[in-house]
Amino acid sequence: MASSPAPEPASALPRRRPELRQPTLSEIFPETAMDAAAPAFALAHLDPGDGPVLWVQDRLSARESGRPFPPGLGRCELLHLQVSRPIDVLWAMEQGLGCAGLGAVIGEVWGSAPALDFTATKRLALRSEAHGVPAWLIRRAAPPELSAARERWRLSSLPARAEPDDARAPGAPLWSAELFRARWRAPGRWVAGHDPESGELALGHAVGMDEAEALRVTA
Amino acid sequence: MKGGDKLPVLAFPTPRKTGPRPRAADPRRLARAAEALRAATAAAPEAQAAPARPAVEAEETFTPVGIPRWRAGPDAPRDPARQGRMADLAGAEGRDGATERPRRRILSLHLPRFAIERWQTAAARAGEPWPEDAPLALALEGPHGPVIHAVNAAAAMQGLAPGARVVDMRALCPELRTRFADPRGDAAARRRLMLWARRWCPWTATDGTDGLIMDITGSDHLWGGEAAMRDEIETRLATLGLTGRAAIAPTRGAAWALARFAPAHPACDDPLAACGPLPVAALRLEPDTVLALDRLGLSTIGALAEVPRLSLARRFRAGPPETDPLLRLDQLSGRTPEPVDSPDDPPRFAVQARLPEPVIDPVPHIPALAEELCAGLSAAGFGARRVVLTLYRTDGEVAQAQAATSQPSRDPAHLVRLFGGRLDRLDPGFGFDLVTLAALVAEALPTRQRRLDGAAEAEGDLARLIDRLAARFGAHALTRPWPAPSHIPERQTLWRPALHVPSRPYPARPDRPLRLFEPPEEIRVLYAVPEGPPAQFVWRRQRLRVARFAGPERIAPEWWRDRPGTRLRDYYRIEDHTGRRFWLYREGLLHDGRGAEPRWFLHGAFA
Repeated sequence: MASSPAPEPASALPRRRPELRQPTLSEIFPETAMDAAAPAFALAHLDPGDGPVLWVQDRLSARESGRPFPPGLGRCELLHLQVSRPIDVLWAMEQGLGCAGLGAVIGEVWGSAPALDFTATKRLALRSEAHGVPAWLIRRAAPPELSAARERWRLSSLPARAEPDDARAPGAPLWSAELFRARWRAPGRWVAGHDPESGELALGHAVGMDEAEALRVTA
Repeated sequence: MKGGDKLPVLAFPTPRKTGPRPRAADPRRLARAAEALRAATAAAPEAQAAPARPAVEAEETFTPVGIPRWRAGPDAPRDPARQGRMADLAGAEGRDGATERPRRRILSLHLPRFAIERWQTAAARAGEPWPEDAPLALALEGPHGPVIHAVNAAAAMQGLAPGARVVDMRALCPELRTRFADPRGDAAARRRLMLWARRWCPWTATDGTDGLIMDITGSDHLWGGEAAMRDEIETRLATLGLTGRAAIAPTRGAAWALARFAPAHPACDDPLAACGPLPVAALRLEPDTVLALDRLGLSTIGALAEVPRLSLARRFRAGPPETDPLLRLDQLSGRTPEPVDSPDDPPRFAVQARLPEPVIDPVPHIPALAEELCAGLSAAGFGARRVVLTLYRTDGEVAQAQAATSQPSRDPAHLVRLFGGRLDRLDPGFGFDLVTLAALVAEALPTRQRRLDGAAEAEGDLARLIDRLAARFGAHALTRPWPAPSHIPERQTLWRPALHVPSRPYPARPDRPLRLFEPPEEIRVLYAVPEGPPAQFVWRRQRLRVARFAGPERIAPEWWRDRPGTRLRDYYRIEDHTGRRFWLYREGLLHDGRGAEPRWFLHGAFA
């Protein structure tokens, strides 16, 4: 009997494109604190086949912006840790980044934390790159201070795509993603969303964004 | 801390305060079981080729006092130099010959002045030591005024005794001063002392209100023999300011009697002979029964033992053990077994380090202990799931730290890391001189082949990460979602500790939000029609206009769980004018008869 290699379950899941899978530390600054666009954007970069996601929240983040709701997370396997202080978030993220079995580490810190300085972010970035585990830091209600994150995003929600069956309903989500600091690529501004065909994250050109933004602000 | 000063210890309190274990309460049934077992084992020995082990097995089936089969440290039989030190039960078996059951050695510790000495120690520590010559009594409220609970030496010299009323004793001793007694505090202190006494042997229990009981079978050689052990115990207690009197006997009843009534420390091998001259009050009988025996002319245990059993059984009918001299006599002579019922079993894997003098910082001792414990675990093919570090303080207290693992582990470095940062909270008091590390829960862990390419194994990595995070932040902070059978969104997910549950796949629902607010936040709404979606709402003091909506999706209350009168929910997915998407619901309908105006809540946020 010819021995055929058993199909690996991980390969059955769609793999992200390699340029989206470069593991490093990225920061997201949501425009409004209550928006769920930031975790969705981070999750869109991840591959569910890589392993479970360690999700660290400090107490204020969980209270102000809610907890992750597993039915809405897709196929992502979750390991949720709730801590009380931002410095504990950093400690837990650093521990998680040393574990190659994790798919990603997502941390949420509320407000500007003195512990989250250049040194701390540099430690996270180096550790993430050394072990190949992507790290995402979601910073709500915080100004973009000095940081060693390799990619820094500013994110806000855009009106969703049209729902084909219901003209009054919101469809697939779209976000306005502004990469204002990046190490390996040029900063820019895109309309981000899931590609309708492949379901992968697609960054589209932001043509006419400024006019739309002006309309949105005055509306 | 190499070799010689590291000794096996077997004693530990378990972390969980569960209810009392089911125990063999009825001594008579226990006696019947023991008789049957003795008959069975007496018939068997010719048939058995290997007599020693089956005897131990049989003994373990009827008494909870068992000896763990393994102790930490090098294997005793292979290392003759350490055989005397590390020998396990084999030493105890050898005492009475290979075929016979090992004889128990029970130590009873009598603390006659525990309450007053505890009070005096506390007063001295507070900077107000009580003068030696001033009579002092601790009093409790009785039905007719305060009753003396304990007296100090000066008061005892004047003839005061516990049980008398304070006003009567004032007549005898006008300068008597009284303070309130604290029996519950005494009981708690006695329990702590009981835990601390496990530095000497694994099986300890409190015994009434004035003593401890220990099963020292197989432990005495670690202290240089029974007499040396007894001296060590009494000296240690004296440094704590406690008067203690210990006696060692083959049975618990005999040890109790000798500790309280014997004039000196006799060597006791035959309980009946040693206790013969003692009064019948040494049989742990209640005063009425003692009085009845005295009136019958049976004032000593020896006299009572000469009475035919049938007469005693006929005269003192079956009652509680305190009123049955025959039962007490049998317990004293060993005819009826009476094991020491320790509140919790000693762990199977434990190591200890005895320090020459008290130290404050336990951190330097942990790596060596962890290595020794893991050597023992791997020799037996086990891995630890829960480890506890115990510091035995010099002031008679114990301090503990525990850590748990999600998978059985025998990696010393990992066990050490679990305690990192958690020992600061341990209170070492004035220092500790004994530190022990025990695996409270151990599971079988077969040896596994490592990968040839030396790559780290993701599964084990993840388990160790979970252990570290749970040890640092508590098992309930690190959770995994667990699907629950419910339609109500907040009941759909149970957050279970990741230490205890494996991960489970979750069915994805595109119409469910990414984030859920707990609890749902109430909003004020403006709507065009009461049954429709809101046109505008105020949430967290912001006015949001609804641009698009989808719904409603009705989720009915679960009548089998909810209170009657719980209202249904109509969920809407909405998008506001800035593009943010939320999940709202209206609780109830306008005229559903379950309350006034329906209220609106914001429950979640979409991507």
